[in-house]
Amino acid sequence: MSKIEYTSIQGKSLTYFALLGGLGFVMLLALISVFYMEHHGHHVTGMTNQIVWGMPHVFAIFLIVAASGALNVASIASVFRKKIYEPMARLSALLAVALLAGGLVVLLLDLGRPDRLIVAMTYYNFKSIFAWNIILYTGFFGFVGLYLWTMMDHNVYKFKKYAGFSAFVWRLILTTGTGSIFGFLVARSAYDAALMAPMFIIMSFSFGLAIFILVLMATYKWTGMELGDVVVNRLRNLLGVFVASVLYFTAVYHLTNLYATQHHGVEKFLLLEGGVFTNVFWVGEIIIGGLVPLALIFAPGVKNCRTTLSLICAMVIIGGLSKIYTILIAGQAYPLEIFPGYEVSSSFYDGVINSYTPTLAEIMLGLGGIAMALFIVVFALKVLRFLPVSLADSVADPHAK
Amino acid sequence: MSDSIKSSVNDSRRDFLSKAAVAGTITIAPGILLHRTANAADNVADMNTSVSTRPLDEEVSSKNRWGMLIDTSKCARGCTDCVDACNEENGLVGHGRPESDSQYIRKVTLKDKSTGHELSLPLMCQHCETAPCADVCPTGASFVRADGIALVDKHICIGCRYCMMACPYKARSFVHEDVENQKLTAPRGKGTVESCTMCVTRVDNGGIPACVEACTAENHNAMLFGDLNDPNSPISIELKKHGGKQLRPDLGLNTGVRYQGMNE
Repeated sequence: MSKIEYTSIQGKSLTYFALLGGLGFVMLLALISVFYMEHHGHHVTGMTNQIVWGMPHVFAIFLIVAASGALNVASIASVFRKKIYEPMARLSALLAVALLAGGLVVLLLDLGRPDRLIVAMTYYNFKSIFAWNIILYTGFFGFVGLYLWTMMDHNVYKFKKYAGFSAFVWRLILTTGTGSIFGFLVARSAYDAALMAPMFIIMSFSFGLAIFILVLMATYKWTGMELGDVVVNRLRNLLGVFVASVLYFTAVYHLTNLYATQHHGVEKFLLLEGGVFTNVFWVGEIIIGGLVPLALIFAPGVKNCRTTLSLICAMVIIGGLSKIYTILIAGQAYPLEIFPGYEVSSSFYDGVINSYTPTLAEIMLGLGGIAMALFIVVFALKVLRFLPVSLADSVADPHAK
Repeated sequence: MSDSIKSSVNDSRRDFLSKAAVAGTITIAPGILLHRTANAADNVADMNTSVSTRPLDEEVSSKNRWGMLIDTSKCARGCTDCVDACNEENGLVGHGRPESDSQYIRKVTLKDKSTGHELSLPLMCQHCETAPCADVCPTGASFVRADGIALVDKHICIGCRYCMMACPYKARSFVHEDVENQKLTAPRGKGTVESCTMCVTRVDNGGIPACVEACTAENHNAMLFGDLNDPNSPISIELKKHGGKQLRPDLGLNTGVRYQGMNE
């Protein structure tokens, strides 16, 4: 492949400003929601003392997981030397940073005391995986920022492979940390599994790539630059592998639980009798987020169809949100087994399946995080040269390894 | 500490000590009870007077491990004396939203699935030695004192609720709304997490937790408070004699609260 030429977008069109304005408006609604929730207290949300983490956390964790995965394309180029991915590495790293920023803002703004950000940054309990995550998030910004610098400044270009490798290792550790937030919860039947960490890593590959493909296709379509089928189909096949891997990990997680008698109760709840949670699992996570995209990715008739690919990516994202929803909310809805062998009842909802109805404010906060991530990307594309001028088949070189 | 506070603390200690004397228990050497009231042999009220002798200006240490023993056979179904006393002591008021209203202690009714045997017990923070809440807290706001009392430092709690996710006993509550008319001895804060403090202020002043006091005052005598590290304390003697079950012993948390009358 010859030297890659990069460009920024003009960003002078009405459409561009309408896009920025639209995203800004969603962010404004999210801020209003935050003010409303913080002013009144969390009782105005659907979250309670029974379901303590709700919709904002679903969005936040989804974005944080996807951020790590969005770096995939850059990692494949710099760590695994696949040259076809090289031109897209800058966009990949930008998207990674933007998604993480969006996720963290949602997480922060849902805290009971978001004004204590400084406390969170200065008091560390090093036994807490949550505290480690704060360090991992900060480090991710640092490593990916350095990586972007080495990619965009020819004076430090020679350090690119080291920066790329560091960012790659760091993001694996980061997602291990995110998965371990659940994996380390010993008391809840649906969590407490070492598999959570690798499962979150493979989830990140899938969700992050789906978002990357959508952003890539939208950017090239709206800017009128050329994006060839070679690149797109390579990404599409890679997504297929990742979607299948997520299904595999999901199957292993549930099969392991089904083998252990003590987990039969929670599995029965998740897979059969959980009502809305069971529906979200089978319809959202497995069918919409797994089986249908997988079938469409490898269906011969729609191989070069961009609309179908957009649909596939959208389904993977919906499936991803469904998966986090199932892990997070259903995992809390199932009662704690404090008294094995007893039927339990109390004034504090012991022994009962907890219900959760997200409020508009919570959903708006989550959507605000997505809007913020996209706003950063849209703005950055205008300011710096992240995009290769062309990703046409002739440029991408179909024979490149 | 200002002189006035010192003075009031000393007054309350003197007050307590005089009441303890009236109650008829005289301890002149650690662990040796020389005198009890007439029916003291199985009088939990009397046994509960085995309390802190640590001067307030001395640092909390692991010499003590405060704990509770619940005798479920004496805990009546439907009785909420302990819950009411706790709510009063800590200024907890309901807002008509039971799913989000704070509860430090709750009554749980259990029915053995195999035998149908029913029992009732109070459930609160179990004051674990290796508390999951303290392990997962990112800022260290959740911590366990050297004397075994698990607490939340309201000044550095950021309200992330990870401790609530981690607690095996669902013993923690998040303050979902503004707090009014707080008790001086039980500070609370909107947007932070809270739970049973084992009435730490009372304990530090030589008293016993409000729930235990209420249960004893109503002559139910289902709750016994004391020092688990003192082999001669009534709670240790009772545990040695009849045992006491930890909830979720499989987790290996070494809880400070133990239960009798449950299936092993």
